[in-house]
Amino acid sequence: MLRVEIAGIKMKNPLMLASGILDLTKESMERFVDAGAVVTKSVGREERKGYKNPVVYEMEYGILNAIGLANPGVEEYVRELEEVGVENVIGSVFGGNAEEFGYVARKISPYVKAIEMNMSCPHAKRVGAEYPEDEIPDAVKEVKKAGKPVFVKIGMENILNRAERAIEGGADAVVAINTVKAMAIDIETGHPILGNRVGGYSGKGIKPIGIRCVYEISSNYEIPVIGVGGITRAEDVIEYMMAGARAVQIGAGVYYRDVSIFSEIAKELEEWLEKHGYTSIKDVIGIAIKK
Amino acid sequence: MHMCRIARVVEETSIHKTIFFDIEMKAEPGQFVMIWIPGVDEVPMSLSYIEGGTGITVEKVGEATEAIHGMREGDMLGVRGPYGKGFRMAGSKALFVAGGTGIAPLLPLIKRYRGEKHVVLGARTKEYLLFVEELKNISSLSITTDDGSIGFKGFATEMAEKIMEKEDFDIVYTCGPEIMMKKMLDLCMERGIEMQASLERYMKCGIGICDSCSINGYRVCKDGPVFDSNLLATMDEFGRWKRNEAGRRIEV
Ligand SMILES: Cc1cc2nc3c(=O)[nH]c(=O)nc-3n(C[C@H](O)[C@H](O)[C@H](O)COP(=O)(O)OP(=O)(O)OC[C@H]3O[C@@H](n4cnc5c(N)ncnc54)[C@H](O)[C@@H]3O)c2cc1C
Ligand SMILES: Cc1cc2nc3c(=O)[nH]c(=O)nc-3n(C[C@H](O)[C@H](O)[C@H](O)COP(=O)(O)O)c2cc1C
Repeated sequence: MLRVEIAGIKMKNPLMLASGILDLTKESMERFVDAGAVVTKSVGREERKGYKNPVVYEMEYGILNAIGLANPGVEEYVRELEEVGVENVIGSVFGGNAEEFGYVARKISPYVKAIEMNMSCPHAKRVGAEYPEDEIPDAVKEVKKAGKPVFVKIGMENILNRAERAIEGGADAVVAINTVKAMAIDIETGHPILGNRVGGYSGKGIKPIGIRCVYEISSNYEIPVIGVGGITRAEDVIEYMMAGARAVQIGAGVYYRDVSIFSEIAKELEEWLEKHGYTSIKDVIGIAIKK
Repeated sequence: MHMCRIARVVEETSIHKTIFFDIEMKAEPGQFVMIWIPGVDEVPMSLSYIEGGTGITVEKVGEATEAIHGMREGDMLGVRGPYGKGFRMAGSKALFVAGGTGIAPLLPLIKRYRGEKHVVLGARTKEYLLFVEELKNISSLSITTDDGSIGFKGFATEMAEKIMEKEDFDIVYTCGPEIMMKKMLDLCMERGIEMQASLERYMKCGIGICDSCSINGYRVCKDGPVFDSNLLATMDEFGRWKRNEAGRRIEV
């Protein structure tokens, strides 16, 4: 009932663990046996310690973060990816140019079913959302050479243009959205709270933004879309899929409901589908676009 | 995050200060808070006082802790938490083994524990011993120093072993350098005594999502910081590996 397929990757359910949440170490990833796929932490060519604390700030309607792409570098990181006991592992990579993207993709490729290019971290300068739009196709082409399906993860800024560039480069799917560029200031002292001052907002508060982005991409292009942003319940998954998503990713939801969110939402989804007379979750994909 | 005013600062030793906040917090012994020093850093600190004042006891080791030491009554710090799982009350006769600043999370537990209490308090030298008078009043206290400047000359674990040879305990609670806690785990496993230990790893989010403080897939910030001996015995990283800020494995 929940089975889906994206770029030839079969998943027992459409729920994927989003990049950056409990995926820096093998044994943490293995806690997500109930997910259809696990996306790794975004890794680069070299070790990065990330920004100074505070890197995460809990707010009323979401979470603000500026981890700063902390990762041990791809060569060290692939040691965590030997036979990870989950259904599918997708390797998230970042880079400052096509060559760097290609390098990291080739290193991680043997360990993963697909590669997700992070071109959307809102607080990481050139290796994120500021990755020049006109250079996206070349980077995607370079990563394609690693021989695995390529997902391109984009943020809310300029989303249609960036989706189009990803398609031009030969992307197999797009993932939308990343966190939304945001900031918080402590008014007692006047200090910006995050170590990096500016970060990305995720969780419940960004869901309508994610829905809009997925809907716009799905309405304009044929490419499969994976929806991300603010999912904490089965109803949110249905909404994303009605907007056109073929699968979804969950990040901050792990904060709200802990690791068990995947098994719980899978069960809730089956109940919802049964109650509404569907036999397969695929039947809700894109419903809102046809209305 | 709450911005909290510092109500009182107690100079405990030349390298330790206890900071009391103008708030009350519902927390369990062993739980910790993330302390934000505006414009400097944010670091995890165990609650050393829970009842009759909320406080942390900070050893000066680097930039953030030095900044905390520079703060005075009336200054403001950001406090997130309390986070994590604290100590669980067990049995009616307990041995508490603390190394250095490791006594901080144990102090409120010792106060709250109902039953017979033996404390082994170890430090590098006499000057760095914490809470001696408070502990004397509520427990049977044994002191060890690495340099023998007071009490038994040697490690806290050696003293603990001697006491465990003479007496039976229902439970051992420990916090301190990981090598010390690993040694305590071995001693407890040999004797079939339950142990609970409070661990440290490099901590970022504090809320269980970023994976930087994980040990064998368990988050020190959320599944811990206090872990039970049965679980610790299954963790091959305990006493051997930790991770740096980038997630690279390094030796403990
Ligand atoms: C759950 C927990 C409870 C703690 N309780 C206490 C306490 O009660 N009293 C106390 O004095 N110390 C406590 N610590 C240790 C304290 O967090 C570090 O000493 C402090 O972060 C050092 O920061 P610094 O900038 O002064 O030193 P640095 O020079 O930055 O580092 C000195 C050492 O502290 C470690 N450290 C630095 N930042 C962090 C971080 N964000 N998370 C974990 N370790 C870090 C470094 O790895 C290094 O080993 C606790 C740590 C944890 C994980
Ligand atoms: C702590 C944290 C770390 C993240 N790290 C990454 C990352 O390394 N790479 C990436 O592509 N997205 C990263 N993200 C973004 C998420 O993958 C996701 O796109 C975003 O949080 C929106 O989904 P959510 O509302 O379900 O969290 C991170 C998010 C959080 C909260």
